Amino acid sequence: MEMNRRQFVGTGVGAAAAITLLPSVATAQDVDAAINAFTGGADTSSDGITLIAPEIAENGNTVPIEVDAPGAEAIILLAAGNPSPDVATFNFGPAAGAQAASTRIRLAGEQDVIAIARMPDGTFLRAQQEVKVTIGGCGG
Amino acid sequence: MADNVTPRVRVPREASAGDVVSIRTLISHPMESGQRRDGDGNVIPRSIINRFTCDFNGENVIDVTIEPAVSTNPYFQFSAVVNETGTFNFTWYDDDGSVYEDTADITVA
Amino acid sequence: MKKMQKALALGSVAAMALMGTAATLSADEDADLIINGDMEMIVRTEAPDHLDGHLNMIYSGWTFRSDETQAMQMDDFDNPAMLFVEQGIEIFNTAMGTEGNSCATCHETPENLSEVRAVYPQWDEERGEVQTITMQINECVTERMGAEALGWSSRDMVNLEALLASVGRGTVVNVAIDGPARETWEMGREIYYTEYGILEMSCATCHEQNYGNYIRADHLSQGQINGFPTYRLKNARLNSTHSRFRGCIRDTRAETFAEGSPEFIALELYVASRGNGLTVEGPSVRN
Repeated sequence: MEMNRRQFVGTGVGAAAAITLLPSVATAQDVDAAINAFTGGADTSSDGITLIAPEIAENGNTVPIEVDAPGAEAIILLAAGNPSPDVATFNFGPAAGAQAASTRIRLAGEQDVIAIARMPDGTFLRAQQEVKVTIGGCGG
Repeated sequence: MADNVTPRVRVPREASAGDVVSIRTLISHPMESGQRRDGDGNVIPRSIINRFTCDFNGENVIDVTIEPAVSTNPYFQFSAVVNETGTFNFTWYDDDGSVYEDTADITVA
Repeated sequence: MKKMQKALALGSVAAMALMGTAATLSADEDADLIINGDMEMIVRTEAPDHLDGHLNMIYSGWTFRSDETQAMQMDDFDNPAMLFVEQGIEIFNTAMGTEGNSCATCHETPENLSEVRAVYPQWDEERGEVQTITMQINECVTERMGAEALGWSSRDMVNLEALLASVGRGTVVNVAIDGPARETWEMGREIYYTEYGILEMSCATCHEQNYGNYIRADHLSQGQINGFPTYRLKNARLNSTHSRFRGCIRDTRAETFAEGSPEFIALELYVASRGNGLTVEGPSVRN
């Protein structure tokens, strides 16, 4: 039988989806609100903060992410295209050896990952990277 | 308490005073996001670890607020500065009120 | 590894529609896998003779994964599957059933079983059938321990299999295909080359004719099972060989065989034998 790619994708999703994601995605307002909750609306600069994420993630369920902002009190990690943009907040204590951390996160599709650091002087630093998420061919 | 939760931590056994040591932690936990539906269309309730802390000899190293976007079996890597021999305390806080703990000793010369 | 970027050569129109989407993800196919800095794996080697030239070289699925996924298997702390190996050690040391025995009662330590993973499935003279490692574990569980058999892909079973794989890492897969196992092996080969489902795809369609190509955005491997059980990023848990077989056949839009069925036992023997020469590297990390 003949089946074009679009039809195949459709049947694949239907058949494989015993468990499905709710289809909501954060709006730009949601993302701004999450950022403002952390910065209080202050401006951000881009020097002094590093965000390392894969350009293409092999699976959106487990994406390795690293943030580093020397001297920061806290770093918030956001995923702009997830149902809710909040991912994690790293608060560094006096015994921290560096204001850096790595984790593994969920990304519901291609989107921007954002890291914002709060510095002791009340300023904020921001880094952002787009991550493409591979849609696998083989459901399981 | 979530079923079969196993924490793992890795810390060097020895260091020199003032060294920055790398720490890695992993814990088995489903991190159910509250964003999924089961086969009958019902939302599977959220059940995650919402906070993780690490302290060294009573002083905080890192305190992480965790949202459902952190992957199943949460993994964290970070570093601590050690000036004396002592103990790292690791604590994971579950949505259901369970608390999982682990410790690791380090000898500082 | 230029051979892997082959021209598309497909038998079925339906399969043609699936494949050949633009390759966007680049894996380091020439990387070597050394675990924990000292455990060297064989991830590419000459194909065994019994493949009759269908493949010149065989490659571990690890070589097809992205840098990030590869890295997760290069260190036992970064490999989340090792959590479940630890749970496997607990099961190994826990008595179950009416006989008061644990795995440790007979085998003492998991390391004493380090040679096992590489030679299974194998012919069992007493039972007169090919036994997979799952069947061998259940033989111990039911006969020596007097406990209920573990489910084929149950958590305890897959954790025990991950433990046996982990202590066997670095041993060379060497599954016997001759003698009394031959008939089962030939049945497995037959299944491997049979087209299933609405999409009319065989194992060979993807894993022999198109490894190195992309199915949608997924980089196809040779479908080797030397890394099983495998921790998939997709479902964040250990996956058994037979659950992977089921997933593959289901994806062809076919009714699948059951886990533990004679068909999948035969297929496991055959697919394992296609990896003779690679090293045991389970529990692996895959996408």
